[in-house]
Amino acid sequence: MIEQRVVAPEYLFNEAEREEQFITGSEAVREAIKRANVDMAISYPITPQSESMHLVGDIYAEGYIKEYFRGENEFAVMSSVAGAAMGGVRVFTATGGPGTLRAFEAFPTWAGARLPVVCAFMTRGINSPLSIQPDTLEMAYMLDTGIIMLHAENSQDLYDMILQAFMIAEKPDVHIPVGVFVDGFFITHTRDRVKIAPPDLKLPPYNPYSAPVPVMDMENPPIRQMRDPFVMKSNFISYAAHASWQQEILAAAERSRRHIAHYLGNLLEAENETAPVMIVASGTAVSQSREAIESARQEGLDVGLVKLKSLRPFPTEELKAMTANAKAVIVPEFNRVGWLAREVRAALEAKVKVVGGPRVFGGMTMPPDLILDEIRRCANE
Amino acid sequence: MSIKVIKPTAAFASLLPTEYLELVADGPYASPKTINDLGTFKEIIAEHPHCAGCGVALGVRLTVASLPAPADTLIVGTAGCSFFGLAQAALNYSCSAFGNQNAVASGLKRMLKIRYPDTDKDVVVLVGDGGIADIGLDLTLHSWFRREKIATIMVDNEVYGNTGGQESGMTQEGQVLNMAPKGKNFAKIPVFELARVSGCVYGARVTVASPKKIGRVVRKAILLAREVGPTYVQIYTPCPTNFKFPPQQTINIAKKAEEGYYSFQEFISDDAQAYWEKNFASSTM
Ligand SMILES: Cc1ncc(C[n+]2csc(CCOP(=O)(O)OP(=O)(O)O)c2C)c(N)n1
Ligand code: SF4
Repeated sequence: MIEQRVVAPEYLFNEAEREEQFITGSEAVREAIKRANVDMAISYPITPQSESMHLVGDIYAEGYIKEYFRGENEFAVMSSVAGAAMGGVRVFTATGGPGTLRAFEAFPTWAGARLPVVCAFMTRGINSPLSIQPDTLEMAYMLDTGIIMLHAENSQDLYDMILQAFMIAEKPDVHIPVGVFVDGFFITHTRDRVKIAPPDLKLPPYNPYSAPVPVMDMENPPIRQMRDPFVMKSNFISYAAHASWQQEILAAAERSRRHIAHYLGNLLEAENETAPVMIVASGTAVSQSREAIESARQEGLDVGLVKLKSLRPFPTEELKAMTANAKAVIVPEFNRVGWLAREVRAALEAKVKVVGGPRVFGGMTMPPDLILDEIRRCANE
Repeated sequence: MSIKVIKPTAAFASLLPTEYLELVADGPYASPKTINDLGTFKEIIAEHPHCAGCGVALGVRLTVASLPAPADTLIVGTAGCSFFGLAQAALNYSCSAFGNQNAVASGLKRMLKIRYPDTDKDVVVLVGDGGIADIGLDLTLHSWFRREKIATIMVDNEVYGNTGGQESGMTQEGQVLNMAPKGKNFAKIPVFELARVSGCVYGARVTVASPKKIGRVVRKAILLAREVGPTYVQIYTPCPTNFKFPPQQTINIAKKAEEGYYSFQEFISDDAQAYWEKNFASSTM
């Protein structure tokens, strides 16, 4: 194994001197995992995720990770990842698009078993006809699986969020999986300036005995990760057991808020939040919104921006506060269904007009002019 | 696991259920037990909610009585009747999604090797025929191709018992069952033969009519999986409820099958044979 020095997460994230590199999103994943003190990684190829997991394989060969292999499909990979996490190691994987859906059954079982898995999702189209192009539709399906969902705007976020995700996931009062979502191709396959910590530093190791459920390593009294026959029956005890456990998973996600705030600054970031027109976005739609806002300001229009970093848990109260003065909120998205607009509408409880769109999908980029048109419309209403 | 982990503090012992105390004092954790000792020690499974005469229940009971190191064994299961018994067992037991058992086991086994390189921690898959031969076949075969050091045990009742008696890939050709209203129109999936050509270093096919054979082959499969490679045991475990025979007939039906299409079979690779002779040749099992 490569010798690295264990440092406090806060030191790695905030204090260690960073070097700026001009790298792709996939390379940012490699750099994060290099410093994440990961025990095991399991891979299965899907565009646009594949390159990042090749690179994770390369650093396994270099001695940064103890175990790595290619599984036979995403459902199997997510199941093997679960096995590794149950046994008490820090584990990483990544997928996207059809891979996310092929593995879907595994995600609620991760959350239900309180496994602190970190998985990166490089999103892409999922519908027929087959498309490998960027699209965030799969995130709509993931919203209620019980996992924490962070959405990266750029490669810097991707690097930072992956490292922070391990720390959030492994907190004893949280201890549920974290998905770090990133828009495929736009981030994975483009170069950007990313500031990274020295390669000889790494996070503290995972302590399996910090888990709120027993570790499956036979060093505890025997435990079962399943329902007892009594609990499987249709009776009040069984309903109560299942209901309280589901609530506990939700509560664990709620308890993650303060840890997300500690490591990421907050669940969202806002600029010019007193403006009458606000854009609320996540992922690369935030970058396009920044451009549109720049043009709008040159036209003398007063527009603000909210960048959502955490989608689960959703920053409802923060969003309300940041849009308190707005008469209109615009939600640009890279998918057809507008799942983020639905979330924003539900959070703002019809107190503000929410414009669902513009939306592009099927691989298209978002012309900032489309967003600018909405800004003009809302500003002149 | 050391027996110390489960031993109660003397002052609290009187508060614990008798079942628990018996398991600590007289169970198979402290001194290894085998099927030959059944009836003389506190078993890991004391009771179960299976149907009367259930072959799967018997298969599970005989299997867990044959574990070479129960305190350091983790059973990976899946949905199906086998989990009725396993969920009552004083054993580490994991069950997540239907059919993913060999993939979960792969992750567990590899991580146990990382965390405990010098201790034998056995990972044993114990599930039904539908779980292995149908929904989990690709994951099972791939764990064998990858030479994962797991023992896979199928309790084969030739039907989906848990969901109400539907055809499984291990059902015999011609058998009428739910979802096969005109009778199954293809043969039993040759999982035993697949095991041989897919990387298993040892395989055995038995029935619940031969408990001592089960004891021998399960132990052998687990000990060989520790050091040599994947192993497979297939146990015929008839289901009275879905095949509608009287519960007292289970053993007779298994016996008849063993004399016919479910004859005892065993294979072992040269490597596994050499390892066995070197390390366990003197063993009576
Ligand atoms: C994805 C999924 N599909 C279907 C089921 C329903 N299911 C539960 S157990 C079972 C059949 C189990 O049959 P088998 O593996 O032969 O075991 P047996 O019950 O006969 O012991 C099925 C179909 C499920 N739990 N999950
Ligand atoms: S349905 Fe069959 S296999 Fe299931 S518990 Fe009853 S007898 Fe056993």
